[in-house]
Amino acid sequence: MSDPRSATGGPERLGFATRGLAWEEPLIFERSVPGRVGYSLPDLDVPDADPADAFEAEALRDDLADFPELSEVDVVRHFTRLSTWNAAVDLGLYPLGSCTMKYNPKVNESAARLAGFAAAHPLQPEALAQGFLELVWRLERQLAEVSGMDRVSLQPAAGAQGELAGIMMVRAYHEHRGERRTRVLVPDSAHGTNPASAALNGYAVATVPSGRDGVLHPDAVAAAMGPDVAALMITNPNTLGLFEPHIAEICEVVHAGGGLVYGDGANLNALLGIARPGDLGIDVMHFNLHKTFSTPHGGGGPGSGPVGVKNTLAPYLPVPMVRKREGSEGTGYALDYEFPRSIGRLHANFGNVGMFVRAYAYLRSLGPDGLRRCAEMAVLNANYLLARLRGRWHVPYDRPVMHECVLSDRQLEPSGVTTLDVAKRLIDYGYHPPTVYFPLIVHGALMIEPTESEPLEGLDRFVAALDAIADEAARDPQLLRSAPHRTRHARLDETRAARHPVLRWQPAPSS
Amino acid sequence: MTGDLPRYIPHTERDVRHMLDAIGVSELEELFACVPEKLRLARALELPRAASEQEVMAELGRLAARNASAESHDWFLGAGCYAHYVPAAVQALASRAEFYTAYTPYQPEISQGTLQTIFEWQTLLCALTGLDVANASLYDGASATAEAVLMAMRVTRRSRVVLADGLHPHYADVLRSYLRALDVEIAPLGRAADGRSEPVEPSVDERTACVVVQQPSFFGTVQGLRAAAEAAHARGALLVAVTTEALSLALLRAPGELGADIACGEAQSFGVPMSLGGPALGFLAARERLLRQMPGRLCGQTEDAHGRRGFVLTLSTREQHIRREKATSNICTNQGLCLLLATIYLSLLGRVGLRKLARINYAKAEYAKRRARETRGLRLPFSAPTFNEFVVAVPDSGAEALARAQAAGIVGGLDLAAYEPELGPAVLVCATELASRDAIERLMAALAGSGAKR
Repeated sequence: MSDPRSATGGPERLGFATRGLAWEEPLIFERSVPGRVGYSLPDLDVPDADPADAFEAEALRDDLADFPELSEVDVVRHFTRLSTWNAAVDLGLYPLGSCTMKYNPKVNESAARLAGFAAAHPLQPEALAQGFLELVWRLERQLAEVSGMDRVSLQPAAGAQGELAGIMMVRAYHEHRGERRTRVLVPDSAHGTNPASAALNGYAVATVPSGRDGVLHPDAVAAAMGPDVAALMITNPNTLGLFEPHIAEICEVVHAGGGLVYGDGANLNALLGIARPGDLGIDVMHFNLHKTFSTPHGGGGPGSGPVGVKNTLAPYLPVPMVRKREGSEGTGYALDYEFPRSIGRLHANFGNVGMFVRAYAYLRSLGPDGLRRCAEMAVLNANYLLARLRGRWHVPYDRPVMHECVLSDRQLEPSGVTTLDVAKRLIDYGYHPPTVYFPLIVHGALMIEPTESEPLEGLDRFVAALDAIADEAARDPQLLRSAPHRTRHARLDETRAARHPVLRWQPAPSS
Repeated sequence: MTGDLPRYIPHTERDVRHMLDAIGVSELEELFACVPEKLRLARALELPRAASEQEVMAELGRLAARNASAESHDWFLGAGCYAHYVPAAVQALASRAEFYTAYTPYQPEISQGTLQTIFEWQTLLCALTGLDVANASLYDGASATAEAVLMAMRVTRRSRVVLADGLHPHYADVLRSYLRALDVEIAPLGRAADGRSEPVEPSVDERTACVVVQQPSFFGTVQGLRAAAEAAHARGALLVAVTTEALSLALLRAPGELGADIACGEAQSFGVPMSLGGPALGFLAARERLLRQMPGRLCGQTEDAHGRRGFVLTLSTREQHIRREKATSNICTNQGLCLLLATIYLSLLGRVGLRKLARINYAKAEYAKRRARETRGLRLPFSAPTFNEFVVAVPDSGAEALARAQAAGIVGGLDLAAYEPELGPAVLVCATELASRDAIERLMAALAGSGAKR
């Protein structure tokens, strides 16, 4: 299909992406050829054993019908081709707001693949896992220093599980004090995981409105507070990219009412070396190692969501923790289960250890000055984008931002073009679109987080692309409504997918 | 080197100056004017100063070298995390940055690589479990089990859970953590002499949401799913079949065919490095009628504007970013990178190879059991059939027996003293395709100690 021309340049002139061969590739099952072999297994050096001798026939499988039969070459080509259909940080700007799609350093990957990490087992004796235990001990302390919290558990496997761990600790804290509190307060700008995590732990959720200036005000929190409120969950900087300037007063309001304050650490990148949640009054928070600390997003996971607490909540941390042996115990590190008020275990083992290795490598590579530089350059990039975009795009909360800026769709309204259309058109220019339609308090939001990884000239090209799209929207709205035009697939029908769910491949019925 | 800028951040001082001018501020510090002075950190973070890449690798290399691994020892420790050989092509393909530096496929037109892989993974899981729908979102087998139980509670609107004996103790711990706030009754069953759970039938009642059976059990024994399913269904409850060793699914009949309504657990065995237990690969599959209560991300087939097949995340009205506190779960993850490893692994092994590999595991474990039976001082306390893992009773203590193995360069299994003290001195031993005959023989001699006959 031809790429519609654009008088202001269009993707041919302004975009990063150009044409190239796009390989077709069927489903792996459709490639299958009976008799092909992609494995190589050693001969048995022990006598063969027939399961039929020990099991009833009903207990045994007859076949793995539907599994493919392929050579190694087939499999390698299949997945290599699939990989070419993805946008990725290593290909270019991926400015998903709130996701902190920063560069994932290669040395992190090398370190995680060291056999002493990758091929080690969670239940091997402590004496044979001292390097791992020391890594956990060190990383916990570094995260505590970065955040101003007293203790950190690395166990939660993702940010959402870190939230759940935090809310479980909040519950355990109140119950230990003999208080029954049933509500959790969540600002209307919060990530969806916040209310979902509170609800998963049995709490009713009450929404607190942000002020007209986009931030939370102590009086709004005070109005919602009551003796039944267990906690306030707050994201700072918030999802508009704004620092919550009243955070200290808000924490005082909640604490005065006997509640605790949960900090969603998704946006911690903006604060590295600048301010620490623990110093702001936060009692418990999670980190996203896959955002702030550069572990790869992996197509959606695995993440890693350590949870940090003040000493008041430390007795409730998930177990096991790691402690340094002292005195007569000798030297080294040991697992520590001595948390009688612990919320228990949240992961079969220790959490996503492979991500601990990567995050540790990142912290060591940057050091205190480098971390602060991350925050500074991330904030510089977001404010630079805001300064450059402000003229052409509507900025609903036009104030200095931290790590991200949020545009609305107001400028688009005369053309009938939507935020989604803009996002799809950005793809033609070689960009992964920003987060769209979030936060919910901004109409048609475009939430842009460039991170510190993007250089000046990259930001300039991104601005040029967005401005060209604004021109296109005015002149040729259909061009945007039918975008993307340069991808292997045109716009995909999400309604159809939901209305008639097809969630697995099935062989065509044989005639 | 001191004074150099961090190599991950491209800004030169000239760039910074230009950008500050465009913003209309004179100093970087001014960008943080929105952070009240009294809330700012007035000192530098007290962290070790930056190290060069060479130094970072050396430091982590030293830490790694102080951990035993399946590459430094003969390996018989399983118990939920399994040492299997991973073909070179798996890591080579998964190392493509187009896969691992992408995020959740929110924009399907430029995420088809991830989406098609998820769709293929869902299909493979359906084939392995004998169920209709599978997702891609669970962190590990333990939280997958907790999510499966929560799902069963939503479906049945009941809040009692029967736990057959043999659920991995860490899974049971995680389940209790998840359920603690929710006023749920947990009814654990005892163990029969052959190492399987006591029958579930007498414990299931009209308040029971689900029966949870691990297959093979924590002790390696293969349980009777059919009877458990019939008992559950007779009272309107669901059967949740858990597995920690997904390779067993290639040998054993699919849980869906035996009546399970939800199958969940851990698929780390399929090409995911052990990595001290994480990242792992939780999975959850279910009957189609339970679809709307599933947690997490689902990938579905659709068409583009030109009628070409493609894939998208779908049915997201169950999820937290849409439903917030009314969502089926708070899960935001899809376990993309781990399911990619597994999908590549299963594609290489394929219809024939995976079953052959399962047979190799079975034969190795059967040989190890035979050696144990033939070794004076060792005993197999359970008679039920097993897949690749089994309990060995040792003469003195599990710790001492394992220490003898360790002295011979073998990580010999899990000491059950902390988990099942009433078993007496015993070790949980797992033999995968990595176990050589020679290592099996040396292990059994070491576990038996001086009481062994040659």
